[in-house]
Amino acid sequence: MRVLRLVGVTWWLQLKMRSRSSFDGILSIVYPLFFATMIFFMYGQHGDQEALVAASVGAACMGVWSAVSTTASTTLQGERRQGTLELLVASPTSFPLTVVPATISMGTIGLWSLVVTLLWGRFAFGISISFAQPVVFVVAAVVLAFSLGLVGFLEAVASVRYRAAWAIGSLLEFPVWLICGFLVPLDALPDWVRPIAYLLPPTWGVAAVRDAALGGNAWPDIALCLVSGAAYAGIGWLLARRLVDSARMRATLALT
Amino acid sequence: MRTSLRIFFIGGMASYRALFHWLTPWILIPTFVVAPMFELLFFAFVGKDAGVGDNTFYLMGNGISSAAIPCLFAMGNTIANERYTGTLGLLLTSPARRLPLFLGRALPVILNGFCVSVVALGLGALLLHVSIPAGDWLPILAVTAVASFSCTGLGLVAAAIGLRVRETATLSNIVLGVLLVFTGVNVAVNVLPQWMQSVAQVLPMTHGIEAARELAAGRSLEDVAPLVRDEILIGLVFVAIGFAMLVWFEHDSRHHATLETA
Repeated sequence: MRVLRLVGVTWWLQLKMRSRSSFDGILSIVYPLFFATMIFFMYGQHGDQEALVAASVGAACMGVWSAVSTTASTTLQGERRQGTLELLVASPTSFPLTVVPATISMGTIGLWSLVVTLLWGRFAFGISISFAQPVVFVVAAVVLAFSLGLVGFLEAVASVRYRAAWAIGSLLEFPVWLICGFLVPLDALPDWVRPIAYLLPPTWGVAAVRDAALGGNAWPDIALCLVSGAAYAGIGWLLARRLVDSARMRATLALT
Repeated sequence: MRTSLRIFFIGGMASYRALFHWLTPWILIPTFVVAPMFELLFFAFVGKDAGVGDNTFYLMGNGISSAAIPCLFAMGNTIANERYTGTLGLLLTSPARRLPLFLGRALPVILNGFCVSVVALGLGALLLHVSIPAGDWLPILAVTAVASFSCTGLGLVAAAIGLRVRETATLSNIVLGVLLVFTGVNVAVNVLPQWMQSVAQVLPMTHGIEAARELAAGRSLEDVAPLVRDEILIGLVFVAIGFAMLVWFEHDSRHHATLETA
């Protein structure tokens, strides 16, 4: 119960802070709209409404990853810059439990981006989605945001020793958009890419959201998205403990 | 005159090295080489899926526009990082002439943007199997240099706004987004609504990208001369606007003592 309260309060606090940040909050919602706009123009050229609707769902999901990828990699750098990283590590609460809510809050901002992109498609481009299973769609979108938050946790922990961590985050944005089937079907990619895509939660999350919106059985993909996200969280958890132990022993937490 | 030249060349280079924190392989390669490559691949695959454009179209659009990353962000840093390091006040109280001071900072940025574009075009052509005759590359590179110049002009405007707005990274990202949508990087300008086409005509990159596509299609440099001329003119206009804004905002911040409150 104490853990749930800690995660809930930290998530809410982080969400409020990030929502007020022009970079983490506003830009995370506005920036994906530029890409969505290009994508709507591209798919709209042949007047194929079915393709345009599918692209609209994919473009909306892109914002979720966009909100997580860059900011997650800079989370611990930000704590270091503010001088609070040592406090987090030294607190009696498990260190990963203080980081996970932060990265899940990024996924939550990604949900705003998803909604805004769908509205942008609806009102600026006239893309009408009938949402075959609205409740499942909401579940799939929340699971996608949650799982990407867990991926962001691993990313945040993995980049704690890397001063230029933000560069990793920026670097990951397009590859994940490309190979996880946000827009381009996996069949259209080279064969060797598919096994990599299957290991990434966004692949299952985006498939689930698309199935829920366009009609299809989304539950297996939702389950796989959750399981793969949990696996990333598990790896992140182990890595965080290992890195914190190492930083304590060598006094390298501050990277100075 | 000699002092102005020193400020322009040596001061510009020193400022670039000091303020542009990306000059480490750990940032430079992911940001300037790998990320533009994946952006290019992403849109080339999306274009194929959507059934619009060919690989050359996306190579030229994304290759040329990759210069915008350093051109916008490095110029924005010329003000933002001076503030961050606490030297903005010292810089603006120095007796140095403002023209060489600010334009000198733009020169390394233009070179940086040009290099990023050249790498993106070269690697992109290899990855996407785009074959362009060797003789056509030289004019394409000339157009790339012009586009880098004009985009740096827009970066100078963004830098000037940095005297008033603290969030220059957010601003530069939004300007970059506008360029990507409006200038025909991935969507041909003639497909855009009329009002967007009109806006595109006064933005950097639009004419440069169009010229590069024409050259890749086998046209000569003489054929695209009007496009190159327009790109240069737009660049000059943005440089003039950016410089005027810098001077005005500096004056205004002295008058209202608001240099550090932005």
